[in-house]
Amino acid sequence: MSEVVAAHADEHHEPYTSTGIPTKKVLMWAFLGSDCMFFGTLISTHLIYRKISATVNGKYLDIEKIFDIELTSFSTFILLASSLFMALAVSAIHKGNLTSTRWMLFGTIIFGAIFLACQVYEFTHFAYAPGHELTLSTYQGEAHVFGSTFYVLTGTHGTHVAIGVFWLLGWLAYSFTGKMSTADAMDIECCGLYWHFVDIVWIIIFPVVYLMEYAF
Amino acid sequence: MATESVKYVSPETKSKTLLDIFRRPDQHATGIVDWLTTIDHKKIGLLYGLVALCSLIFGGIQALLIRSQLWGPNMEILSQREYNQMFTMHGTIMVFLVIMPLSAAFFNFIMPLQIGARDVAFPRMNALSLWCFVAGAIILNMSWFFTGGAPAIGWFAYSPLTDTGFEEVTRDMGPDFWVFGIQVLGLASLLASFNFIATIINMRAPGMTLMRMPVFCWMTLVVSFLIILAFPAITIALVELMFDRNYGTNFYDFLEGGKPHLWQHLFWIFGHPEVYILILPAMGIVSEVIPTFSRKPLFGYGLVIFSGAIIGFMGFAVWSHHMFTTGMGIVATSAFSMLTMLIAIPTGVKIFNWIGTMWGGKIRFDTPMLFALGFITMFMVGGFTGIMHSSVPVDMQQQDTYFVVAHFHYVLIGGALFGLFCGFYFWLPKMTGKMLNEKMGKVVFTLMFIGFNTTFFPMHYLGMIGQPRRTHSYNAGHGFEQWNQIATIGAFILGTGILIGVIQFMRSFRDKSLKPAGKNPWDARSLEWTLSSPVKEYNFARTPIIKARDQAWENNYGPRDLHSEKEPLDHHGVHMPDHSWYPLFTAIGFLVLVIGMLFHSSVGAEGEIIRNYTVAIIGGIIAITGMIMWSLEGPGGYHLFPEEDDE
Repeated sequence: MSEVVAAHADEHHEPYTSTGIPTKKVLMWAFLGSDCMFFGTLISTHLIYRKISATVNGKYLDIEKIFDIELTSFSTFILLASSLFMALAVSAIHKGNLTSTRWMLFGTIIFGAIFLACQVYEFTHFAYAPGHELTLSTYQGEAHVFGSTFYVLTGTHGTHVAIGVFWLLGWLAYSFTGKMSTADAMDIECCGLYWHFVDIVWIIIFPVVYLMEYAF
Repeated sequence: MATESVKYVSPETKSKTLLDIFRRPDQHATGIVDWLTTIDHKKIGLLYGLVALCSLIFGGIQALLIRSQLWGPNMEILSQREYNQMFTMHGTIMVFLVIMPLSAAFFNFIMPLQIGARDVAFPRMNALSLWCFVAGAIILNMSWFFTGGAPAIGWFAYSPLTDTGFEEVTRDMGPDFWVFGIQVLGLASLLASFNFIATIINMRAPGMTLMRMPVFCWMTLVVSFLIILAFPAITIALVELMFDRNYGTNFYDFLEGGKPHLWQHLFWIFGHPEVYILILPAMGIVSEVIPTFSRKPLFGYGLVIFSGAIIGFMGFAVWSHHMFTTGMGIVATSAFSMLTMLIAIPTGVKIFNWIGTMWGGKIRFDTPMLFALGFITMFMVGGFTGIMHSSVPVDMQQQDTYFVVAHFHYVLIGGALFGLFCGFYFWLPKMTGKMLNEKMGKVVFTLMFIGFNTTFFPMHYLGMIGQPRRTHSYNAGHGFEQWNQIATIGAFILGTGILIGVIQFMRSFRDKSLKPAGKNPWDARSLEWTLSSPVKEYNFARTPIIKARDQAWENNYGPRDLHSEKEPLDHHGVHMPDHSWYPLFTAIGFLVLVIGMLFHSSVGAEGEIIRNYTVAIIGGIIAITGMIMWSLEGPGGYHLFPEEDDE
């Protein structure tokens, strides 16, 4: 049984905009354009540094042995799958299907959380494990710039996912107040735009940071 | 803003209190509460202007200290470290706390009026931008009072000056304040720019097509795009620097394999668009003023806009001309040299268009026009020396000499600041409802023009004969003395002019003896001049329907079918949003967060680093609480029922 929200008898019609696109959406797209530059800067920093680090002081850092590519592939799959839930959540709220919206938001949150958990595991096992080769800065007196860029890049992405998860949690909590209606569809769609964007960034980070170490 | 004539309707019956203690301020707020909680774009614009003008005085005093130190050979007015701190803070303040917020003041105040909007798209976010800007200014200037004093790293903060291994003072906190200050200022600029983009794209009045928008709005749009695409680079560079200084990463630490060169690239990928972020608003202002005082439409309107957009676009492709002497290799150096020469073309196009506008016009030499003319001539001088720098062999000679100092001051004072003062003399009557004293304005212009040229023109020569910039003192006998003394005298004349100007601006809000301005004192051309001065809080009683470019002019002189029309009065009245504490609350959260981050680490008894994030977490919680409360409170509001043409 799906709980259908009664269409809100809204006396205020849709506000006029010059382009016909809701203003919040324009704002979100502008933000995402800006965010591209954030990740562009980080990814290019990593590409510049990844080979320098490996040979500093004549010591070669064997990234292939350090990465746990099975785990990262799994978490990549999970994050991509979460986009499906997000899209379904947006579709459900447009149709006014509150129950479905709630479940799909819940699914997105769970999958986002699984991804974050994998990243926390990765960080703790790489960065803080005593004597591990990819600690944040130096290992046995040997410096690795690779660690600097790797952690700041994936950490920034992880922060984005975490912000997204908290944002979605906010919506999930809001869905229980009984105030949620199709009037909120635009806000959830903006949230969805953000979530898909964060996914797309990971689609670039995964090959560039992880897979490339096995190829070149 | 006077609203006596307007009938108020009591606030909608929504709950406006939190736990019956905390009442949301609304239209009845007065005095300091009104200013702290305002979300009106006009008041926010004025606050930006106020803080920026105070910073201008502060940064100017630092400049005068620098000039006093250079009065004669081997002076000791400032110690070497103090001198470094002065030029660092002077540069940082003038760029981030003066020119950018002055531009933001005009964007806020004028742009919504010019496109026929009642406010920006997200008024509370606009207030958050303002308070983040104030928080950033506080953080930056707090540095004077802590270990090591203000940063002594230059406004460019090149590595390894920022490297903890090379500090003059143990645990020098200056660079940390600089990093976090710029970070918060960047956040403020980004938020404001998203807002302006959404406003210009979506909130134009019916009929206000993009190609009917005043050039100033176009430049707002271009600059906003520059900010949202350029600031991420510096944000990430600063994050990396923060990690380097606090958490032992090696981004810029050359001893550990990092590359200081990378900082230069990231800084200038931001830093060069930043130059256009500073100058394009001034170009927009001048493009409004020159047609008004020549009594002719802007010559080549489309071309001026296209040139502005091209300048913005190409601004991202020339950053490495700041780095010709770093050894990038012949290909990269040549490419950036060529692109830098190319960017002179759209700039030249604009200058010819302004001259073309004046050609055959009935020119009136009021103060705004004088500043506009000063802008064109001085900016041209700065532009010419800029083209000289684009040639690599010439640049290699001029690198780090006073020639470069002369060049960018001609662009930033002769260009940007003259343009912004032009904007003040042009638009202050709209903001205060009173005309400024013309004689005083001309005195200010004369002092600034003479003082500016006396200060900076000799620097071309000083640079050519080899005086290095950013250097505390010079020896006698190099031929530097005479021109340095002339420059110092000029600096005090310029300072006097600016000070008188700033006092004149501030006093005009209170001075009752000034003539009332009326709706359109300059017989100007764009939509804001159809409104009363000062502008009513709701801007437009009825939404205008735009029929032409230069709508105010067409309404007065154009054929009847080009006169603007108005939508009928809405029987709901004009919806006005309530004031809000949460933008300020959230910005205070950011301020506490940053202070917590600045002081989070201390050195324990055995030399180990102790990290304590309590204050930072409290700040974060304040900020997040602010945002949650903000999203729950909604716009709120009340309705106004103005008379038909009471605007």
